[in-house]
Amino acid sequence: MSALSDRLKDHRVAVFPTLMLLVFFLIPFFIMFAVSFFSRDEGAFFAPAFEFSNYARFMSPFFFKVLITSISLSAAAAVLSVSIAVPFTYFVTRMSSRAQSVVLVFLLSVLSLSEVIIGFAWSTLLSQTAGIGNLLVALGILETSRSFTPSLGALLLGLCYLGFPYAVLVIYPALSRLDPELPEAARMLGASPVRSFFNVIVPMLRNTITGALILVFVFTLGAYLLPQVLGRPQHWTLSVHITDQAIFQSNLPFAAAMAIFLMLVSLALVGLSTLLGQKRT
Amino acid sequence: MTQVRIENATKMYGNFAAVSKVSVDIPDGSFVCLLGPSGCGKTTLLRLVAGLEDLSDGALIVGGEDYGHIPAHKREFGMVFQSLALFPHLTVAENIAYPLKIRGTSAAKRRARATELLELIKLPGIEDRYVHQLSGGQRQRVAIARGLAIDPKVFLLDEPLSALDANLREHMQIELRQLQKDLGVTTIVVTHDQREAMSMADVVIVMEAGEVQQIGTPMEIYRNPANAFVANFIGVSNLIPGQLIDHSTFEAGGAAIPLTAEDILHVDPPSSATLSVRPEDVVISGNAKDGQLQGEVLFVRDLGASVEILVQVGEMEITSVCTPKRRPDVKVGDTVGVEVLTGRATVLAP
Repeated sequence: MSALSDRLKDHRVAVFPTLMLLVFFLIPFFIMFAVSFFSRDEGAFFAPAFEFSNYARFMSPFFFKVLITSISLSAAAAVLSVSIAVPFTYFVTRMSSRAQSVVLVFLLSVLSLSEVIIGFAWSTLLSQTAGIGNLLVALGILETSRSFTPSLGALLLGLCYLGFPYAVLVIYPALSRLDPELPEAARMLGASPVRSFFNVIVPMLRNTITGALILVFVFTLGAYLLPQVLGRPQHWTLSVHITDQAIFQSNLPFAAAMAIFLMLVSLALVGLSTLLGQKRT
Repeated sequence: MTQVRIENATKMYGNFAAVSKVSVDIPDGSFVCLLGPSGCGKTTLLRLVAGLEDLSDGALIVGGEDYGHIPAHKREFGMVFQSLALFPHLTVAENIAYPLKIRGTSAAKRRARATELLELIKLPGIEDRYVHQLSGGQRQRVAIARGLAIDPKVFLLDEPLSALDANLREHMQIELRQLQKDLGVTTIVVTHDQREAMSMADVVIVMEAGEVQQIGTPMEIYRNPANAFVANFIGVSNLIPGQLIDHSTFEAGGAAIPLTAEDILHVDPPSSATLSVRPEDVVISGNAKDGQLQGEVLFVRDLGASVEILVQVGEMEITSVCTPKRRPDVKVGDTVGVEVLTGRATVLAP
């Protein structure tokens, strides 16, 4: 009897998180999942049904191209952000602890900016009239000022700006816990500072780097404003189309189907990269 | 020939001198221990030699060449870190052969060298294990093997045995010393453990507050400490304040302690001075004689192999050590006579 009540006690701690997950994640998700099979009703959003037409509509060369664009953009943003974040964080961890907290607080304040502000701020910065084009002219690099947006580069820049603080915040704890004698040992054994960074620090952070890549990838996959503000229509991601369908076309069932599909694809990709990341422990 | 000469080495952190004007000559093939309490600058001095810190002032001459501006990775030194700093993502063989990989040695030769070194450290056959699969003592040896893989010009070790338990540590001290003798590599070890320094070193450098207090062989330093700090840090010393009357008399606490020609005087009589006597040169007797120091027994520590008696004499606490056979018949609270056997004592500045 006591064994049973003990076991129940063990499970008590799980009640609250389970409840939260259920109310705020599973139920909304199930509603969306159900809606994705509903039929569209021009007058009243949607009507209960069970049809695959929403998914079928998605299976077109156009949406396939959009999906590939979304994934490639997010993957590129993830790789770029993390490649900058790893050396950046390494130098941060070598600063005095005071300087470290200043940098981290600054990064956290960047996180408080919404996608809207980031998008329009960059679009202004990259514009012809008020942007860095004028700065480059003043420096004598450009003849006349030009606009750098909308373009693929501008969009990637925006996505990296969005993902970079997250990458740093994921990598920072692992790097600051790393024994500082490890890179020193590599140096004593004959490795130049750059080589010791790639031979010792990067391999030891393998799992953390995988984690940061996944986080930035998933996070930027959901960006729906930046592609519209900084990119051209051919750079519009699936998230943009989901927003378009849900808000402007009032086609919630189709938006839900796309969202489910995007989620499945990104889950598959995340699973794959986790598997690859853990291949060697 | 890798003779190491440190000239006036100084390392400043702001206004704080971690190492201050240290000059040492380390002969080729010798085993040197940097000994001192934590924060005395010994690790900083080792890191200066390694090139992991830059000298603020002074010079480092290795084999006749100025090494002051050669970066750490070009010095061809071996180093064992306090945390060992073995690479967890590499196997034992890959760890040991890492310096060879950097130097472009072929995979087969690297493997052969790793095997050779593992035999040297008496751990054959563990090439393909990972560091987390090894015991503390095995990791220690692998770290040593990695440091020796390139036949370093100078072998540096920072508190290499501090993570091991007492028995293993004493065993490793002997092994490390034998290994160093066989290879003849100039070796500098940082330690805070005077027993470790005494059992391994040819030369001990005692440091305190960033400065060298004394340089000498272990026995020189034990027998003839240069000052009260060294006397106390190397083993236990009884420091008895008093007056040096002449070359054969030291007066303390109303007792006259006769000095012999073998006692070493660091001050000229007459002068106030401190007599440094090792506990094994202090004899306790149950009944005090005239002209002897007298005191009250505070504590008796029967350690089996030896007996330690702590006696309160005036303001001082004096420790005496003897073998159980010679144990005087005293107990806590007894008034006893304290005889100082001179001939192995040192008279230091007060």
